[in-house]
Amino acid sequence: MVQELTITVNGEERRVPVEPNETLLEVLRDRMGITSPKCGCDRGDCGACTVLLDGRSVRSCLVLAVEVAGHEVTTLEGINRDGLTPLQQAFLDRNAFQCGFCAPGIVLTVTDLLARNPNPSREDVQEALTGNLCRCTGYAPIIDAVLETIGGER
Amino acid sequence: MITAGFEYHRPTSLDEALMLMERYGESARPLAGGTDLVVRLKDGADEPGAVVDLKGIKELERLEASDEALLIGALVTFTDIIESELVREKLPLLWEAATTVASMGVRNRATLVGNICSAVPSLDSGPALLVHEAEVLVRGPDGQRRIPITEWFTGPKRTALGAGELVTGITVPLPKDAHGGCYARAGRYAGEDLAQVGAAALALDGDRYRVAFCAVGPLATRARDIEAALDGRSLDTDIIEEAVALVPDAISPITDIRASKEYRAHMAGILLTRALRTAVRRRAGEGPKYGERVV
Repeated sequence: MVQELTITVNGEERRVPVEPNETLLEVLRDRMGITSPKCGCDRGDCGACTVLLDGRSVRSCLVLAVEVAGHEVTTLEGINRDGLTPLQQAFLDRNAFQCGFCAPGIVLTVTDLLARNPNPSREDVQEALTGNLCRCTGYAPIIDAVLETIGGER
Repeated sequence: MITAGFEYHRPTSLDEALMLMERYGESARPLAGGTDLVVRLKDGADEPGAVVDLKGIKELERLEASDEALLIGALVTFTDIIESELVREKLPLLWEAATTVASMGVRNRATLVGNICSAVPSLDSGPALLVHEAEVLVRGPDGQRRIPITEWFTGPKRTALGAGELVTGITVPLPKDAHGGCYARAGRYAGEDLAQVGAAALALDGDRYRVAFCAVGPLATRARDIEAALDGRSLDTDIIEEAVALVPDAISPITDIRASKEYRAHMAGILLTRALRTAVRRRAGEGPKYGERVV
């Protein structure tokens, strides 16, 4: 049964027809053309599909699109509307990613972390990123870049 | 991708939700965080006729304490628990266990009640709820009932929940006197992974102890023989060794992709030792802070 869904995506109110069995990830990518969230494992383990739902990082592959009616979704496209954020600039400066598949999810996860805890320790950053798999870098430049944006390691 | 279709309902009251559960009977599935259910839908492991989303029911968001107990509603997420000063202060062992669940992005959605309803043998919330003697609050066609957590888990992914019933929350009694707890957990690596073994110890006033395990048997369980052996005694190395000698009878581990049964059995003794020592130190206001890993 298709139903018309109203959600706010990156600050814009959008109306889309969705089936109850479509995930938020599928609706963002296939119905809205928002492709920064990636489909990696499709079961909540890899973090490549991470988006912010009402400001909190969630696995968009594990959220049914119908669940988010009336809620606010932010993807990477919404984060850097007005140019790169300091966090993104730090990632760029340190060449923190290689293939980049995990990058949108990591940017959003760290955005969530810094909103809750503006002064995380290295361990806090590592803990927050346990659900975002990166198979290129070994995480070191990613974590270094995060600590650089908060003015260095505590 | 979820191949099978289903109806989606979002009731705004518990009565409405119960009516839907009754109307769709066996083919209805309640939905809270969805971090387990949506995976099952994708796997085709479950093909419900109707999904009943509970997130429109405000009363299920309650997270509050009385003098006697903490009430954790069915919509309270692990992140809510971790960010709750109330839980951290009143039930630091449960708080510590919550910090070990999955990853931040999962904890932002996944609920404590959903964790016990999925009832996998490795559930991190199980040992803490067992040693705190929590009760599961259930509403159904025949009204309300309270199920002690020790009677809740009936098998792997099986619970005492009856047809048409919904879990509305969990109550956890608050210890009256000084107490210390510890949840020790072994995984294959420091990142997100299911527990290979989990052990919780709660040291109460008067040298009474409670002990529970997860991931070393078909269900998370209290180890009452171990508790009885420790009762009234001030713990030293010899006494803890006596307790560890009882571990093989308290557990029934299997070999799977995460560990062999021999490794699990060995680690259960190690984790019990660390959890007991840490719980006793925390009861005295010493030892590692809650949340600091002892494994």
